[in-house]
Amino acid sequence: MTGVRVLVGTRKGAFILTADGKRRQWEVSGPHFAGWEIYHLKGSPAEPNRLFASQSGGWFGQVIQRSDDGGKSWNPVGNQFTYEGETGTHQWYDGTQHPWEFERVWHLEPAIDDPDTVYAGVEDAALFRTVDGGVSWKELPGLRRHESGPSWQPGAGGMCLHTIIQDPRNTDRIYVAISAAGAFRSDDTGATWRPINRGLRSEGIPDEDAEVGHCVHNLAIHPARPDVLFMQKHWDVMRSDDGGESWHDIGGNLPTDFGFPIDVHAHEPETVYVVPIKSDSEHFPLDGRLRVFRSKVGGNEWEPLTNGLPQRDCYVNVLRDAMAIDSLDECGVYFGTTGGQVYASADAGDNWAPIVRDLPSVLSVEVQTVP
Amino acid sequence: MSRTIKVRLPTHLRTLARISERQIDLDIAGGPTDVVTMAAVIDALEARYPALRGTIRDQVTHKRRAFVRFFACEEDLSHDPADQPLPEPVAAGTEPLLIVGAMAGG
Repeated sequence: MTGVRVLVGTRKGAFILTADGKRRQWEVSGPHFAGWEIYHLKGSPAEPNRLFASQSGGWFGQVIQRSDDGGKSWNPVGNQFTYEGETGTHQWYDGTQHPWEFERVWHLEPAIDDPDTVYAGVEDAALFRTVDGGVSWKELPGLRRHESGPSWQPGAGGMCLHTIIQDPRNTDRIYVAISAAGAFRSDDTGATWRPINRGLRSEGIPDEDAEVGHCVHNLAIHPARPDVLFMQKHWDVMRSDDGGESWHDIGGNLPTDFGFPIDVHAHEPETVYVVPIKSDSEHFPLDGRLRVFRSKVGGNEWEPLTNGLPQRDCYVNVLRDAMAIDSLDECGVYFGTTGGQVYASADAGDNWAPIVRDLPSVLSVEVQTVP
Repeated sequence: MSRTIKVRLPTHLRTLARISERQIDLDIAGGPTDVVTMAAVIDALEARYPALRGTIRDQVTHKRRAFVRFFACEEDLSHDPADQPLPEPVAAGTEPLLIVGAMAGG
């Protein structure tokens, strides 16, 4: 029977949660890489038992792990991330120029069509790619060398490239997002890039509608309609209907439009999920009530989803990569919290239950539908 | 020719490199009268355990990672040049070289 495998990255290791298609009884495997920060792990769409994990820590740096058996066993692969050519500088917190310095891999995006190709989004912001299953990594330097690069500056979490989306209809097209530079698009498999931030307005920067400088938190698309992008910005939930050429606000009746993750239903391209967070200075749900908001009409009209979620005294956060959607007939939705809970809904968000309650702080959640 | 020294690694790196012993014997190229340097020790470690590349020092610059420390004979060798001879008891294999994760947070 078809089931799901949920891949959870935490501050102190990785966990793999598996269930059959009913998604009621769960097996928990882990911690893998105990004691290390696992910013992200994700499976290859082309070969689902091949998983990649970003393992890092302040003491011993960056390690990349690969599994070829669905996470039962792992082996370290290449971990050398060296910027191509002249490193250059970007803006630092105090306004001075600061050299690009590799800190960690935030996000690993296995290519849609090739199990040996993976894109890696790193801090300080740059995009790397492997074409040999992770053995070696090479920067795609056109992004970092974009003429706006010296004006990019770190958000509170560092200057990270945290979102990578490959267009399933045209795999030469790649979207990325950087905090706090904005969204960028390549139409030549990562060689050249341009900012796609028209329509964004950010009060925290001198020119509210500048070409770059926006703190984009997350992007999502539906594979059947890849020209439609949804964005959770620092503040504002946004939508583009033209591959990022222009954006408009779809926050509508959300109680707050600050947040981190955004995702799209597996079978309904107009059904979108966000987790509103009180504010940029209070990273927890409004009124201590953990609510996912769903729009079934592509934005503006949102409904709170609360069944099974704590509705009092809840002050956790849900980070940008900590929400995922499975592709079973009745679509499952998952998210993890900084309090260590991973919640699952097997009915598109109507009802929720925790899979686990006491993991380390959750950094990322991905899900695979497996035979 | 080579000589054998003793090296202790922190738990995280032993796990990563799949080393079960707390202390390993490591062969270093060179004769019995040659000096042993930190650079030569890490070269040998990384050659024997490729998973350790980049975890103790930067792969390109060979700069020690900020929160890694080198101790031996009750001395902190962390700030010594990598091409400086290690203390004789380490080179002779009678005292271990300790590679340590610095005490810091987490």
